[in-house]
Amino acid sequence: MTINPKELALTVDDFKLDQPVKWCAGCGGHSVLKTVQNVLPEIGVKKENVVFVSGIGCSSRFPYYINTYGFHSLHGRAAPIASGIKVANPELSVWIVTGDGDSMAIGGNHLIHLLRRNIDVNMLLFNNKIYGLTKGQYSPTTPKGSITKTSPEGSIENPFMPGELAMGAQGTFYARVVDTEPKMMKEVLAKAAKHKGTSLVEVLQNCIIFNNQVHKEITGKDVRKDHQIYLKHGEPMLFGENNSKGLVMNGSKLEVVTLGENGITIDDILIHDSVKPDDTIHYMLARMTLPELPVAMGVIRSCDCNPYEELLYDQIEHAKQNSPVKSVDDLMKSGHTFTIT
Amino acid sequence: MLKTNVQILTNQMSKKAKLVELEEVVVKFAGDSGDGMQLTGNQFSDTSAFVGNDLSTFPDYPSEIRAPQGTIAGVSGFQVHIGHKEVVTPGDRADVLVAMNPAALKANMKWVKEGATIIIDIDNFDNKSYKKADYVEDPLHDGSLEGYNVVKAPITQLSRATVKEFGLGNKIADKTKNQFVAGILYWMFNRDIKIGEDFLKEKFKKNDTLVNANIKVLHAGYHYAETIEAMSTQFLVNPAKNKKGLFRNMTGNQATAWGLLAAAERAGKPFFLGSYPITPASEILQEISKLKNLGAVAFQAEDEIAGITSAIGAAFAGSLAATSTSGPGLALKTEAIGLAVITELPLVIVNVQRGGPSTGLPTKTEQSDLNQALYGRNGESPCVVIAASTPANCFKYAYEASKIAIEHMTPVILLTDGYLANGSELWHIPETKDLPDIKVPAVKDNDPAYLPYHRNPSTLGRYWAIPGQAGLRHRIGGLEKADVTGEVSHDPLNHEIMVENREMKVQKVAEFIPHQTVYGEENADLLVIGWGGTFGALYTAVKELQEDGFNISLVHFHYIMPLPENTEEILKGTKKKIVCELNRGQFAGYLRSQFPEHKYHQYNKVQGLPFMISELKTEFKRILNKK
Repeated sequence: MTINPKELALTVDDFKLDQPVKWCAGCGGHSVLKTVQNVLPEIGVKKENVVFVSGIGCSSRFPYYINTYGFHSLHGRAAPIASGIKVANPELSVWIVTGDGDSMAIGGNHLIHLLRRNIDVNMLLFNNKIYGLTKGQYSPTTPKGSITKTSPEGSIENPFMPGELAMGAQGTFYARVVDTEPKMMKEVLAKAAKHKGTSLVEVLQNCIIFNNQVHKEITGKDVRKDHQIYLKHGEPMLFGENNSKGLVMNGSKLEVVTLGENGITIDDILIHDSVKPDDTIHYMLARMTLPELPVAMGVIRSCDCNPYEELLYDQIEHAKQNSPVKSVDDLMKSGHTFTIT
Repeated sequence: MLKTNVQILTNQMSKKAKLVELEEVVVKFAGDSGDGMQLTGNQFSDTSAFVGNDLSTFPDYPSEIRAPQGTIAGVSGFQVHIGHKEVVTPGDRADVLVAMNPAALKANMKWVKEGATIIIDIDNFDNKSYKKADYVEDPLHDGSLEGYNVVKAPITQLSRATVKEFGLGNKIADKTKNQFVAGILYWMFNRDIKIGEDFLKEKFKKNDTLVNANIKVLHAGYHYAETIEAMSTQFLVNPAKNKKGLFRNMTGNQATAWGLLAAAERAGKPFFLGSYPITPASEILQEISKLKNLGAVAFQAEDEIAGITSAIGAAFAGSLAATSTSGPGLALKTEAIGLAVITELPLVIVNVQRGGPSTGLPTKTEQSDLNQALYGRNGESPCVVIAASTPANCFKYAYEASKIAIEHMTPVILLTDGYLANGSELWHIPETKDLPDIKVPAVKDNDPAYLPYHRNPSTLGRYWAIPGQAGLRHRIGGLEKADVTGEVSHDPLNHEIMVENREMKVQKVAEFIPHQTVYGEENADLLVIGWGGTFGALYTAVKELQEDGFNISLVHFHYIMPLPENTEEILKGTKKKIVCELNRGQFAGYLRSQFPEHKYHQYNKVQGLPFMISELKTEFKRILNKK
């Protein structure tokens, strides 16, 4: 249940904690933390109703740096712990902070089942494509061929794209942001908080020590306008300097076109529809990679579907109203009982 | 032709049968997995409970759902022990065996008393079936059944003929065979057939044809028994002597589920179960799933780890939370139990033990997870371990586990086993108002003195501030925390203090649990020591030897970590001690580590089977007679 944020009158300071933040200087985590602290006063939730849950890894230290209820748990297990919290008390606004190793390697099973159940929690997935806290081994998102401590001749594994997993697991909300663009991140996080169901927000995050500049082809100041497309529901899929480029569907493939060239007008450009249940285009958008296509940012999919806990409590209410058994005493005396005299 | 037979049989005047009163009787139903022996066993048990018999049951089924028909591997059994006298085990050996095929006969002959009545479905006793059951000789003619009262009933034929009018086809008609058997037993034990009918009406309430067909076969079996000469005696087992009040037949898993719910209700907390299906614990999850009317949440997780971690999340959020599993599942939950230990959250972990290691014997009972429960975690990671000892007292100990978890802010492992979980006994239904109070270590909103690791001086447990409470925001987690403040701390001395705090908190539970009682004299010649699900057999063996004049006593533990405060005192007073358990000596090893000055004999069995009273008595006498 959301409350008018003005009534709550919360500020950034309500979520700041008097504890040292122990991420490396220059780590992408700092900007996410700041953005989250900025967005929380605006989501219409009492400060005591916010819970941050994490697994293990650099990203997962997050709960120790923000003034909310927090649970720093086990490697990979943030999703089921958050599920238990949310199902036990649906009034809470539950946030998971995780990394690419935490959520997709050791916690991969939990991730897909969280998405499938559509429990109303928000997951911030810091994707720096490397194991940071254990100092530089390849992760499930490390590009093939990457040299890391455990792939000295180059990684031979095919990487996951979180968006593919999200769609494959019937996720109802998937967004992508970069750590260097707090304004976009704040807009997206506000939408994630509002979405009823599991919101998966992939944050392309830089690890300054073990994988510096891993996202530079996307985030670099010189290239970002041409290499990113910020998708917004209901708006044409435009990008590039002065929004001069756009996306069209050519046969069964997405293609980049330039407005004004070959007779292309704004009317030819695809309109982003994030809310439609059919995820075919969302899947294609999430999979776009350089150099042929720009990398999609923003809310790629946000489709309405009842969250798990809503359906569960509907069943509980129905059962409560329709059963004559109202207490454990009633239960024990129900069915086959025998009086021995 | 067949129809005529049935008509003749059912129309004949009933013969004059002899009526014999019995103190107790053990009946074993055995057949193919698909023969409905579990159903018939339950039906007969319920009927016996209805007329006030004391009872104990034990189903024994293969881990395959439908193993090849007619083979020993596919035999499914259900044993029920009913009594006018006190009944605490399903009985060593059967007075009556129902064997639906040769495999069922072969698998069960060694569990039958001399002179027992053996009812067989003669229609299934042919060369083909003998071969499937690996019989070399025809057991009906090789002399192996001499001395038994064998009733060769054409159960398949008569059942089919009885339901012919319903046009069910042989496959479905054969599913009514078990009711023919039930009918025979109802006559034999002089039961009101109406109770059997009511059971069927409830069981098949969505299908009138099945209700009518089964009732008709039940009657056919009854009349058959009434008519044939081979059955000349009816037995009467009178209502239990020392039982008065409201009772029900209760399995261990159902009792566990209800005990947890009773504790949540009493504590004023929502109940959350996070579990993954596993034999023989699944019925706990199934039972809670059915009880949404009481607000219970059953979260069927994607794996064992998610089962316990979702429960830990729910505990953080203020629910009474539990997870239920069996051995291999407990192994998977190990890391998460450590998290519950360090975050000091209340959590009940129910482990329904089965034969191990690994997948082991999924449907068979064992007590071999004690070491895992006590020690199976990284770091210094103590938690409370308690054990139920009968199917019905799983209720009491599930309640008790919840009470300890909440009041002491600790994970509690409740050990039951396959024998308790699937077995049943008559349970005197309690009133919840008579259950002990549960004091929740709650914190008031905005309490300025609240700190996450500030402790209650009497229990040493921390306080339970839950998300949603104003003014109590705090963070917990798997990293070591500073004493009192709960901030992350790597300080060496602080770690030592926190390790000690967690250990002392668990040890302090001993001040809150009852003293251990001894059944028999405190300075006995032989002290039998047991724990958990072996109670019925140990108690009966000790009682029978006491009646024979031996100075023998039983001490049966329910509280294992910590042990009751008077444990050492009890051990001191006795001459010889024998620790009996269904493992290789795990509790004996634990006692040796706690009280090394004593000598402990051991009696161990790891066959996936419960103790037999007879084997225990033999062993106890041997030790008593040894110089």
